Amino acid sequence: MSALRFEPDDKYNAFLTVCKAPEGGNGKLSGIPVAVKDNISTQGIETTCASKILKGYIPPYDAHAVELVKAAGAAIAGKTNMDEFGMGTSTENSAFGPTLNPRDTGRVPGGSSGGSAAAVASGMVRMALGTDTGGSIRCPASFCGIVGLKPTYGRVSRYGLIAYANSLETIGPMAANVLDVSLLMSVIAGHDRHDATSQDRPYSHTPSADIKGTRIGIPQEYFGAGVDPAVAAVVKKAIGRLEELGAVTVPCSIPSMEYALAAYYVICTSEASSNLARFDGVRYGPAVEIKKSWHAAFQDARREGFGPEVRRRIMLGTFALSSGYYGKYYAKAQIARENIRKDFARLFADVDVLCGPTMPTIAFKLGEKSDPLSMYLSDILTVPVNLAGIPAISVPCGTVQDMPVGLQIMGRPFEDERVIDVAYAYEQGGQP
Amino acid sequence: MTGPEPETQVVVGLEVHCQLDTKSKLFCSCSTDYRNDGPNTHVCPICLGLPGTMPMVNKKVIEYAMKVAKALNCEIAEESEFARKNYFYPDLNKAYQITQYDKPLALGGYVEIEGDDGKERKIQLTRIHVEEDPGRLVYMGNAERGRYSLVDYNRAGIPLIEIVSEPEMRSPKEARKFLNKLRATLEYLGVFDSDKEGSLRVDANISIKGSERVEVKNITSYKGVEKALTFEVTRQKNLLRRGLKVDRETRHYLEARGITQSARSKEMENDYRYFPEPDLRPLRVKSWVKDIALPELPDARRERFVAQYGCSLNHARTLTGELKTANFFEAVVAKNKDSCTLAATWIADTLTGELNYRDMGIDGVDPVKFAGLIALLKAGTITDKSGVEVLRAMLDEQHKGETVETPQAIVKRLNLGKTAGDDGAIHAAIKEAISENPKAIEDYRAGKKGAMNFLVGQVMKKTRGRADPGELNKLMETALKSLE
Ligand SMILES: [Zn+2]
Repeated sequence: MSALRFEPDDKYNAFLTVCKAPEGGNGKLSGIPVAVKDNISTQGIETTCASKILKGYIPPYDAHAVELVKAAGAAIAGKTNMDEFGMGTSTENSAFGPTLNPRDTGRVPGGSSGGSAAAVASGMVRMALGTDTGGSIRCPASFCGIVGLKPTYGRVSRYGLIAYANSLETIGPMAANVLDVSLLMSVIAGHDRHDATSQDRPYSHTPSADIKGTRIGIPQEYFGAGVDPAVAAVVKKAIGRLEELGAVTVPCSIPSMEYALAAYYVICTSEASSNLARFDGVRYGPAVEIKKSWHAAFQDARREGFGPEVRRRIMLGTFALSSGYYGKYYAKAQIARENIRKDFARLFADVDVLCGPTMPTIAFKLGEKSDPLSMYLSDILTVPVNLAGIPAISVPCGTVQDMPVGLQIMGRPFEDERVIDVAYAYEQGGQP
Repeated sequence: MTGPEPETQVVVGLEVHCQLDTKSKLFCSCSTDYRNDGPNTHVCPICLGLPGTMPMVNKKVIEYAMKVAKALNCEIAEESEFARKNYFYPDLNKAYQITQYDKPLALGGYVEIEGDDGKERKIQLTRIHVEEDPGRLVYMGNAERGRYSLVDYNRAGIPLIEIVSEPEMRSPKEARKFLNKLRATLEYLGVFDSDKEGSLRVDANISIKGSERVEVKNITSYKGVEKALTFEVTRQKNLLRRGLKVDRETRHYLEARGITQSARSKEMENDYRYFPEPDLRPLRVKSWVKDIALPELPDARRERFVAQYGCSLNHARTLTGELKTANFFEAVVAKNKDSCTLAATWIADTLTGELNYRDMGIDGVDPVKFAGLIALLKAGTITDKSGVEVLRAMLDEQHKGETVETPQAIVKRLNLGKTAGDDGAIHAAIKEAISENPKAIEDYRAGKKGAMNFLVGQVMKKTRGRADPGELNKLMETALKSLE
């Protein structure tokens, strides 16, 4: 073990905690500083989920993915900023201030893994761990012009990831290029007995740029209403380049996408309302006023500890699960989710991957999306992947107004290798 | 009081929560053996519910629960599922309990009891499901310095099964029998230890036919169930007798006072917002059933005791009603192969009574020493009365934590050996009895039969029961005749 020096000039508020002399070791990631999103537990390093309610919480254990990264010799460089508990698309919902987009500090880096994306995009670290519940890796990767993979659900252990929406989210790798994303993925993937939903599907793949004959589906919904035509044009051009590299494109449709956003928000808020109930000021976070009754004290702690977006989602989820409404919301959302899964399965019987934009727009300006609903709508192209549990990657494919645009490549369950290959092919041969 | 006596058919259903006696907790590998250790010593990030931790199912718990389900003739579900029951309470570290809701592990089944009418009856079960125990609150402080609570999470994550019966018991007594039978079955299966404090908790619902149902929560002892229900029957009958109605409500049982008390109505308004636990996959374990071997269960053992040892049905029922008693009996008769019925009587009647009186369990009683006592009785070395005295001496020694003497030693020390005819002591006692009771002698002479019995009784008293009654009668007769 040897200590590295890590003293970045963090102009973008990407880090919540910086580890100035992190320990490195021997292995695949020997000596590489890796940034870790602040909702992933790190033993001995404050882990807050960018929430006041967890201020001062130092986990006594490492998340499984962190354990693996450390075992591969990497040094934990610090903890990155995010939307509080992962609830947001801009990293503006952090109790500790927004992260700025290194490409244009007047714009957001995307979210919720905005800190990780900014840390990579600005060159402060070579790679980072993010988490993706409804696009939280792919969106900031797209907005900051880096590569981010949302692995197949179950491929990377969630143990130690502070849950926001268990059935949707996963930890995943972020880096400046596909090879580094693939390298980090090879370290964190695999079965973990602590996560009952994890699968014994390790990843040991060397990316190949040969995509001759790969069948790419182009869902019309990914180029429909709400998608900035300039962004659509850049992505279409990128897909054209993939065709030149030997891929075959097939137009297709995901009719169930109409319900994806609603289903997503019902499921994630429902699960969140339960997951976040444990933050009552008794065991961690700022101490509660013990002179008050327990009921009054924990209500105070929650009112003061959670930001407005978190409170909004807890209330939405509590409502959706309450008796008399469960059938109307949660149960219906599960049906919609099943339909989305089926739509993807149907498409993947014919094509190998699906391609489209990662985000409908380029990074928005700080404070631009003050209305929560318009923010929610920007998740439309990323949430279907989480509902279906499939892998998807965002790889930079050009710019609009000098801001990066991400190409999203979605694949069959446990074919993370294939989406990596298509991304790698584009990255290597994207510019003719 | 006017009007006819209201209809008073009682209907009782039980929800029984039992801690399963596995070595580790339900969702982590912490030890379950926490009772003698300090607070929060048997905890880890998982059972503390620390952010980011996830449950992993202890296979042994599912096996134990399935053993119970098989023994109680339940159907194992093709697919069952864990669910979250959400509510805020400081002892609930995640603010939800992982339990099973609409997809329990097992459905149906029954427990057979001897009904109040003396006939065996099957009490049908609704379901059995698996869940985690919450932590425990310890109330501290006092009126002057303010009250507060401390939380101990040692108990958090201890595996529980909840066994839910149909409302088919007709009296508090039947409820007790149901519970006793259930406990015996679980103990025979080796999955439950009823001696552990807090290992059993019961919620009961009780109604008088035609009236609203009342739920009684928080019963934590075997005896408490019958007491709480008896209190409720009386309370509800009184209400009906006075022409009032029984409210549908939840009541708490206050063990110390033996009464039930209405819970604040707020507590009933809980909406638990159940939904499937997203961190666990559904259980598909039905195929395991065929590989689960069941030991001999209480009913089978009872029948065997009747057939093999010639026990009466009642004795066999008492002896097999608790695993330890049944094992004790078999250990004793192994030493006294020709004294089975004698041993059965002495254990089922005498020993059980003496233990109850002292509030002792059968655990500490040494079957070898007890077998020695049976041998003395069988050989006629001591009388039954002396036998009880020896037993009491043994139990008292045990109770005080002293070394328990052998029955032979006690007989010797207390001089309880049956007096032989030529024993000077008995002759002396007869002489004394005759000289102290001239009235009785007169009566005897006058031909009053009772006089002889009275004098024999006096001698018995003086010899503290050592004299063999038959022999004493003969000696007394001779002595009285010689007076003439
Ligand atoms: Zn534990």
